[in-house]
Amino acid sequence: MPAILIALTTFPFVVAVATFFLPAAASRVLSVVSGAAAFGLSLALVPAAAAHSQLAVGSLLRVDALSVVFLVATTFLYGATAVFAGGYLHLADGAAGSRYGRRFYAGLNLFCWSMVVAPLVNGLALLWVAIEITTVISALLVAIDDTDGATEASWKYVLIASLGLGIALLATIIMYYAGTTVFGSAYDLSYTKLLAGAGHFPPDVVRLAFVLAVLGFGTKMGLVPVHTWLPDAHSEAPTPVSALLSGALLATSFYAILRYFQIAVRALGPTFPRNVLLIFGLASLLLAALYLLSQRDLKRLLAYSSVEHMGILAIGMSFGAPIAVVGVLLHVLAHAAAKGTAFFGAGSVVRKFATKDMTKIRGGIGALPWSGPMLVAAVLALSAMPPFGIFRSEFLIVSGGLSDPRDTVAAVLVILVTLAFFGLSWFTTQTVLTPEVTATAPGGAGAMVTPPKGEVSRWIVVAMATGLVALLILGVHPPAQLSHLLDRAASELGSPR
Amino acid sequence: MHPAPSTYSGVADVVAVLVLLTEFAMLRAPLLRSQVRLYAFQSLAVTALAVDIAATRHINELYALAVLSFVLKVVLVPGLVLRLLRDAEVDLAGSSVLGVASMILIATGVAAFAFFTIGSLHVHSIALPTTALAIAAAVVLVAFVLIILRADVVSQAIGFFSLENGVSVASLVVAAGLPLVVEVAFLFDLLVAVVVFGVIMRVHHGRTKTLSTEELDRLKG
Repeated sequence: MPAILIALTTFPFVVAVATFFLPAAASRVLSVVSGAAAFGLSLALVPAAAAHSQLAVGSLLRVDALSVVFLVATTFLYGATAVFAGGYLHLADGAAGSRYGRRFYAGLNLFCWSMVVAPLVNGLALLWVAIEITTVISALLVAIDDTDGATEASWKYVLIASLGLGIALLATIIMYYAGTTVFGSAYDLSYTKLLAGAGHFPPDVVRLAFVLAVLGFGTKMGLVPVHTWLPDAHSEAPTPVSALLSGALLATSFYAILRYFQIAVRALGPTFPRNVLLIFGLASLLLAALYLLSQRDLKRLLAYSSVEHMGILAIGMSFGAPIAVVGVLLHVLAHAAAKGTAFFGAGSVVRKFATKDMTKIRGGIGALPWSGPMLVAAVLALSAMPPFGIFRSEFLIVSGGLSDPRDTVAAVLVILVTLAFFGLSWFTTQTVLTPEVTATAPGGAGAMVTPPKGEVSRWIVVAMATGLVALLILGVHPPAQLSHLLDRAASELGSPR
Repeated sequence: MHPAPSTYSGVADVVAVLVLLTEFAMLRAPLLRSQVRLYAFQSLAVTALAVDIAATRHINELYALAVLSFVLKVVLVPGLVLRLLRDAEVDLAGSSVLGVASMILIATGVAAFAFFTIGSLHVHSIALPTTALAIAAAVVLVAFVLIILRADVVSQAIGFFSLENGVSVASLVVAAGLPLVVEVAFLFDLLVAVVVFGVIMRVHHGRTKTLSTEELDRLKG
């Protein structure tokens, strides 16, 4: 087992360095291999993590069931995105194209490496460092297309996310301060230690640290009102990067919040941390549902859908019933697969039609016989349609919420999710499930002419199919080992008392 | 336990106040270059605080940290930003949304809020000065005022770096025992962040021929 942890923390990094020097054709294969290997290694950790309370290597690396859940989500998307990127990237010939390709693949692998490391490190301080590294690498990846929009989006992203992480660093230090009352003035911020001593921390200090952590890491997770960078960065980044930002990076930040949640529940009891998450979650879900109803840009639509799903995660944690917490963790996995697939489909459509404006995209199913319908399937999956994984996870969250004394919150959740479903599915299905617009068609004026039939790339189709298969497995019958893992992680998150 | 030496917490408080005053000075500095110099001075104060704490509390690792922080935050970062400014040939800061007087008033209110918030925690520790923690929180909030009200990329970046200085003060007074590897990781991250800020600032200037953020308003909704 220790070998797996060490391989996961080193291998993607080595690949990132290698891809910077290799030609793009080799990088494309190497990235897929690296992503698939990382996913395989993470799956290999599942049985052990479901059976033992923790696996540690030295004092720096440690995994438990909670971290493996996020590891599996991230590495799955790493592999799928590497496949998708192989089809998405149109590398121009010549020096400029090959330089772009080298930068892109090195950045992509480095970004995934930093997100793989974040759940593996042992301690709040190292976790902060890992998440800060994800910010700086992804900011460069958002800017890589070098358009006006990309520059603006990456400036907003790097500034707002860095400020959020500044707050998160303050939270880390105040949590350290809380720990000094138990451990003396010099100790490391490892989870094992913090969780053991949290019961004796001064409550007011932990309260401050928790709120700052939710605000700080919530900035990167896309919680309203600190989500403002998110739609810009998601819509202007190259689509493989958008998929990773939405499916993996937001979840990684949620993981950081859950670590603080774990400590806060032990120090304060469950009420206060749950209420904080409830407020942020409801605000996110409400605002995202309203924006989804009026969005015309395909990638911004998916970005607001991410805000919606992060809101659902926060609300799910606020219910506190164990079944809701299992639902939240399953939701992390299902959202990674569904949002990745949806972005892959969006990437295919945007490449084909050369626009992100959904009012100008018509006849998607005619032009894209495979990725068009799969995009609709992914959007329906995002809207929690059975038989996909998000149906199961939201079902668990809502049933957990109905058993809660505050069951009105569950009702509000259902209403807002339905509202979001209308916004999300109305526009996307219109772009795909409409007749093709030919030059002679009446009323075709203003709309764009549908380009000729044919997929952009087979790689994209494979990536999307992989995502949908994963969603079906999660929705129809999750493997027993995975269910054990989710149960164990949920019990780790609960109160020990 | 041994009582805290009063000179130590006195020096810590004075340095923390200096850091806060520099933050206020940045708010009113009309020249971008003077803003960068103020940042260098502020970083120097933070470095001095690290040395003070290393000496009085006998934490030798903090000397290494002080050296690193001097090289990075007093020499390297201001140098990089000043070079960018020379290349950009822009001197005056972009017009801020509010006048200097209103900015200072807002900043004072925000700083007072920080004092009362930290004060209301009622944490009395023998070894750690709580006053400096409150001042550090004030620095963080005033940095936010600077970033929100100044409309140019240099002020915003410097605002972020000085926010980090505020957090450094907090970490020095309440978490001086944090292992060196973590502190170095923090500094390393800052270095990477500076490079990324620099790259994006340069791209922005290359595209718009200005350092103002007024044109960054295309993405909405």
